[in-house]
Amino acid sequence: MADEKKIATYICQGCGLGDRLDTAELAKIAEKEGKAAIVREHEFLCNADGVATIQKDIDSEGVTHVCVAACSRRAKTEAFGFDNVAVSRANLREGVIWSQPDNDEAKELTQEMAADYIRMGCAEVSFMKAPISNPNHGSNKRILVVGGGITGMTAALEVAQTGYDVLLVEKESQLGGQAARLYKRQPNREPYAEPLDTGVSEMIAAVEAESRISVSLNSRITRTSGAPGQFSVDVSAESGSTNTENVGAIIQASGFTPFDANKLDYLGYGKNADIVDQMGLEELASKANGNGIARPSDGGEIKKVVFVQCAGQRSDKDGELAYCSGHCCNTSIKQAMYFKDANPEVDTTILYTDLRTPGNGEDFYRSAQRKGVIFAKGQVSAVDASSNGAKIKFKDLILDEDVELDADLVVLATGQVANSGVDIDEVAQNEPGQWEVSVDSILNMDYRQGKDMPHLRHGFQDSHFICFPYETRRTGIYSCGPVRRPMDMVQASEDATGAALKAIQTVENAQLGRAAHPRSGDLSYPEFRKEGCTQCKRCTVECPFGAIDEDEKRYPQFNESRCRRCGTCMGACPVRVISFENYSIDTVGQQIKAVDMPEEFDEKPRILVLACENDAYPALDMAGLNRLQYSAFVRAIPVRCLGSVSTSWITDAMNSGYDGVILMGCKHGDDYQCHFVKGSELANERMSKIGDTLEQLDLEGERVATHEVAITDIQRVPELINAMAAKVEELGMNPFKDF
Amino acid sequence: MTATNTAVVAKYQNNFLQEVEANVEEGDWVKMCMQCGVCAGSCPLGDAWDHSPQEIFMMIRAGKREEVLTSDSMWMCTSCYNCIVRCPRELPITHIMHGLANYAHRLGIAHKKNPTRRFAKIFWDNVTKNGRANELTLSIRLYFMDGIVSGIKIGLQMVGMGLGMLKTGRLDPMALVMHKGIKDTKGLHAMLKKAYEIEGKRKGYAS
Repeated sequence: MADEKKIATYICQGCGLGDRLDTAELAKIAEKEGKAAIVREHEFLCNADGVATIQKDIDSEGVTHVCVAACSRRAKTEAFGFDNVAVSRANLREGVIWSQPDNDEAKELTQEMAADYIRMGCAEVSFMKAPISNPNHGSNKRILVVGGGITGMTAALEVAQTGYDVLLVEKESQLGGQAARLYKRQPNREPYAEPLDTGVSEMIAAVEAESRISVSLNSRITRTSGAPGQFSVDVSAESGSTNTENVGAIIQASGFTPFDANKLDYLGYGKNADIVDQMGLEELASKANGNGIARPSDGGEIKKVVFVQCAGQRSDKDGELAYCSGHCCNTSIKQAMYFKDANPEVDTTILYTDLRTPGNGEDFYRSAQRKGVIFAKGQVSAVDASSNGAKIKFKDLILDEDVELDADLVVLATGQVANSGVDIDEVAQNEPGQWEVSVDSILNMDYRQGKDMPHLRHGFQDSHFICFPYETRRTGIYSCGPVRRPMDMVQASEDATGAALKAIQTVENAQLGRAAHPRSGDLSYPEFRKEGCTQCKRCTVECPFGAIDEDEKRYPQFNESRCRRCGTCMGACPVRVISFENYSIDTVGQQIKAVDMPEEFDEKPRILVLACENDAYPALDMAGLNRLQYSAFVRAIPVRCLGSVSTSWITDAMNSGYDGVILMGCKHGDDYQCHFVKGSELANERMSKIGDTLEQLDLEGERVATHEVAITDIQRVPELINAMAAKVEELGMNPFKDF
Repeated sequence: MTATNTAVVAKYQNNFLQEVEANVEEGDWVKMCMQCGVCAGSCPLGDAWDHSPQEIFMMIRAGKREEVLTSDSMWMCTSCYNCIVRCPRELPITHIMHGLANYAHRLGIAHKKNPTRRFAKIFWDNVTKNGRANELTLSIRLYFMDGIVSGIKIGLQMVGMGLGMLKTGRLDPMALVMHKGIKDTKGLHAMLKKAYEIEGKRKGYAS
């Protein structure tokens, strides 16, 4: 490759571009203003001949920078993906001809729009470098599984059977976790009618027989450091010995602890032995082993059992769980069957407020009804356990009356509490160089942002429920099972399989120096100009993935393999020293400057749209695809995440005469849709302060708008743009235009 | 309390659900109700009932024997089958309602004043007498259900229609004195008696 920069621009005439636009004029602009050494028009650029033309120029003409002026960068990525050169795309199809009316009046503005996109594409590419992969990558492909319950064992087996080595660490003296304490499990196969054996011992045997899995019992993780492909983990045994192990990825399956029923004294727990929680009943059932369960207090016969659902769950009381644990209705159904199967004469009543039987639980529910288990809807207010057995005060919500029930045994359906270690938002973090082991922590990470994974709500680990389950905010560490959200064994096994695949993906990506989800395969990585850094720490604090640590001299230390390439650090940096090879303050800033700014009295405003490439930009493209029209004064630039938007872009835009700026990012908050979790939230916060800057410039705050846009907002995106165009018309032109 | 009722109470003690399962037509479906309330919401006569089918099922499970069997709710069912069509658990709700009504009647504790029950009784007596319904006597019995005065009142209201039907040959006045029944009325009566006995024996009624 030649050292010198040589830009080539290719203008496509296909898909109607040639009919709607004067491509010869665009070519002239690329040559003159875009400084392109080679400019070619082609009637069908993405066909074999078009692609070969470009490749030939790269091979024999020494072209290093390619600007493809055709369709959106989201289309034809394979055809226009050239190795070892920087490539930019000017979106003339979705962004121009498909979003503008096809008539003579519109022709002038459409042509101006296309000309600007050519200028922007050339400006962008001239500040890009072809990315080479991250040089600091590791290639360890062994996978650590933390937790040896159903989830951990499933993950270990799945990983091992795919051909990767596994280290399984369990804090107890045996594998099996909570599932090993069950007498039977709820059914996981047709006909979903009877409780089944748990299968835990078979699974333990399979783990022990698998040569790729090494198991470390009675052990905890006392230090985790490194990055995907190169984690270094201290595994400390109860005996006191510590081994340092190297792994490429980590699956955290640390499971749950049953809610402490001692907090439920109004439900009689702890007052006499005839009131048990679900785990307590499993213990009784395991002891009885299929024979009738005797009354714990006196060994007497049990004639009536009452199950109280949502005990200390779905509650707004202090110290109780606000959520539904998802498995308890099915578990109570299963436990009622323990009694009915041993003796159909035993009266079993399940008191519920809402019966929730996920998965194939509905069949199981029906099976219990057939067996004669009684279900009654209502709320239990108190359990009187002063003598053996109990009296239950119950409000029947169907018959609308207060009832008192006698029972020989009461089972409280309590919930799951996630074993997610320390809450890093609550616990003060160790200073660099003074790191200590925490006994409460699961992973004991030496990351600057804290020892464990960030929580989302109720102590469960942050891991997007729908869009990217298992993904966490620590690259290369995947969580699964009840630590992620409350769940039953079937769901936990599915979760484990998903996390296993994610872990395998990440070690494969890491050894090639590529990014993990969602910019999977991205070869670029962040670099920073150390001499410009003021050690403000903003990047270390704001990185949604905790990728950036601090070195001894308090400079940021980019662990590139942990980086997801969102650019949030770039947007955070007040002195603009952080950049990526193909995405930087300049690649966007120069696009903003490249737009030809009409004079104030031309009555042609310019509106800048900075759109998240994950959701908002696709929505814009689809608006074009659906031929939804929007203002021709718009110039849209995709950004990796709204978190990467530097406020300098906004002030530059305002200073250079743009009349309005729209930022489009993903939904933030607890039910976020941001692919980088915190990016859009941070951007929103930063933009809330932009008003002051505008005021200093004597400009109206309404000229900058931030919107949450989902990928489905195809109708809404043009409306947002047109609303801004109307607003600009109302406010008048930006007075900075002529300076 | 009738003797039949006392006997059944003794047999099932407090387990009304078991009693319903054993003795009421389609009664073994009651336990399968999941209390979604779709039947209650679908019933076009919902407002006229004291208890919706959903409530009736819940009351059975709660052992409210007296309240259920003496209620007039199940007598209000018009057999539109809306609930059966909509029940997500596919309970034959209409049939259960009729089963419950019939069972309460059989035990002799059914709601006394309910007009549906009384009409049903009149119809049954009429149709089993000769093995074929006599429309004229059926109507007259129905008119005079509540006594002579109200019977004459209703009769006078219906005079116009009665004459019209007479003219067009839709009403045979001779049926008042001579109704043509089936050939073997005696055989029918014997058959019904036997069936009644068999049912009583099977369900343990003291007949």
